[in-house]
Amino acid sequence: MSVLLLAELDDGTLSAATARTVAAAAQLGPVDLLVPGPRAAADQATAIAGVAKVIHAKQALLADGLANLLAGLAEGYTIIAASASTTGKDVMPRLAARLDIQPVTDIVAIEGANRFVRPIYAGNALETVTDPQQKHVLTFRASAFRPAASDNAAPVETLDTDIASAARFIAAHRTQSDIPDLATAQIVVGGGVSVGSAEGFKLVEALGKTLGAAIGATRAAVDAGYAPNDWQVGQTGKIIAPDLYIAVGISGALQHLAGIQGARKIIAINTDPEAPLVKIADVALIGDLFEILPQLTAELEKSGVRR
Amino acid sequence: MKILVAVKRVVDHNVRIRVRPDGSGVETSGVRMSMNPFCKHAVEAAVQLAEAGAADEIVIVSIGPKPANDVILTALAMGAHRGILVETDQPLETLAIAKLLARVVAEEQPDLVLLGKQAVDDDSNHVGQMLAALTDRPQATFASEIKLDGTALEVTREVDSGRETIGLPLPAIVTADLRLNTPRNAALPMVMKARSKPLAIRPATEFGVDLTPRLAVEKVSPPPERAAGATVNSVTELAAIIAADVNEMEAI
Ligand SMILES: Cc1cc2nc3c(=O)[nH]c(=O)nc-3n(C[C@H](O)[C@H](O)[C@H](O)COP(=O)(O)OP(=O)(O)OC[C@H]3O[C@@H](n4cnc5c(N)ncnc54)[C@H](O)[C@@H]3O)c2cc1C
Ligand SMILES: Nc1ncnc2c1ncn2[C@@H]1O[C@H](COP(=O)(O)O)[C@@H](O)[C@H]1O
Repeated sequence: MSVLLLAELDDGTLSAATARTVAAAAQLGPVDLLVPGPRAAADQATAIAGVAKVIHAKQALLADGLANLLAGLAEGYTIIAASASTTGKDVMPRLAARLDIQPVTDIVAIEGANRFVRPIYAGNALETVTDPQQKHVLTFRASAFRPAASDNAAPVETLDTDIASAARFIAAHRTQSDIPDLATAQIVVGGGVSVGSAEGFKLVEALGKTLGAAIGATRAAVDAGYAPNDWQVGQTGKIIAPDLYIAVGISGALQHLAGIQGARKIIAINTDPEAPLVKIADVALIGDLFEILPQLTAELEKSGVRR
Repeated sequence: MKILVAVKRVVDHNVRIRVRPDGSGVETSGVRMSMNPFCKHAVEAAVQLAEAGAADEIVIVSIGPKPANDVILTALAMGAHRGILVETDQPLETLAIAKLLARVVAEEQPDLVLLGKQAVDDDSNHVGQMLAALTDRPQATFASEIKLDGTALEVTREVDSGRETIGLPLPAIVTADLRLNTPRNAALPMVMKARSKPLAIRPATEFGVDLTPRLAVEKVSPPPERAAGATVNSVTELAAIIAADVNEMEAI
């Protein structure tokens, strides 16, 4: 069983998710990694353990072009896979329909050559499926897999197919920041709508900065304009699996909990001892975030925790 | 312009679902059902385009059992013009759904097809993209803004790195994210009026699509439970716990 895996890129560089999806895919067979982007990203990808060969292609930004590119390569593979990122979600179902394959997506566990576990109902149920099709189209949730080592030196093969797309890229509106990648961060501090303003959200960001954490937000906080959309955690946002998640003024709606089920430890700060998030937290502090956060950040600064 | 909107009837998003003890699935009998939230945003987008004079007909299609009529009626009450129920009692995989929708697209020839980005029961996030492949149309998924300029669309999409704007020629497929708009609640007179709008009921078998599932669902199980832990009483205590955790992490 050979695997063609679409690498995850962010702004032309290999993103942290790629080493994780390689680790997942490598459980199923030797992995050829398709890197549609700058040559430097392809070179970087050669180091990932489990990669048999890097296939470097010209930048392809949009779904129809990427699906065409993958379809052209599909012949030689039994599995075509990607990360369950917004790119993977955009491209892989399109590819699957083109190849007349029912895809299995958002895989969080591999239980055999064609047996997979995926969450449904916002993670409130886990479905175990077997896929008896001859060819498989899969996406993996990067956060559910540990990254592959980087001690490889795989060869690079260059494709010079021209990728045409009916859609046209106009502009990227990126959230510029130097904080760690949310989907793969070790520590995440999340804020809810109860911060009351974008200013209030800064208290959450300050705590995050002290801890070297990524910042998450609820849908309500994003809708209110306190945080950018790519910080949203949950059923419609990012799925995170940090070692530590600190949830500040977050009620714990099931759509939010959908995104944090993989967190190893959860700490809740909330005025309401009955909030669903407090009910599942490993540690809770009941109180007002406006009083707690400045003091907490200051004490942590003082104790020298800085990563 | 003609717009086709695909809407799915699902377990209401506020219901805390229960996995059947025998692992055969999620309990859906006697559970409140409603229109998939993302589909509501798709319907609202279509109605707003019609109100702006950009669309003259909105056709709603839903695939499912007879009670799926209810979600079509909801969409008609929001302002759509007519409905099609593709009736089946069989649970269908997303590829089969997309193939049925492709047949409807072939019949109706809409300039724009709007769908939700995902159904909150299976959380697949497939059908729009599959339909785009099957009808060979360009796609814009996870839309948070749609602008129509003659025969071209400009769609802003919510992506992992923020947002991006793409342009696509019509006919096209767009899937709606939640920040696209605020769906209206239909007023009572609209609800009454919806009942007199045309609603065709067509058996799924009529479309000549092979509906046999490709995958075998072995079992459905509940996720591991998380129990409440300790409550601390002071910020100092909490700071000590966090500091200890973080220091331990650094040691890894
Ligand atoms: C289809 C669908 C998809 C969705 N997807 C997502 C998703 O991906 N992610 C997501 O997060 N949500 C999602 N939602 C929304 C979700 O249902 C909730 O509305 C949202 O998570 C609530 O956000 P919140 O916790 O910030 O706000 P609230 O639910 O309003 O909770 C605020 C909390 O803050 C506490 N609080 C208030 N004041 C203070 C204070 N001074 N100090 C400390 N605590 C305080 C309150 O006790 C309360 O617990 C989705 C909803 C739908 C319908
Ligand atoms: N049974 C169905 N009937 C009509 N539309 C559907 C159906 N299933 C899915 N869709 C559409 O496809 C979108 C994405 O669903 P999914 O790919 O299942 O997550 C939904 O929001 C609907 O717009």
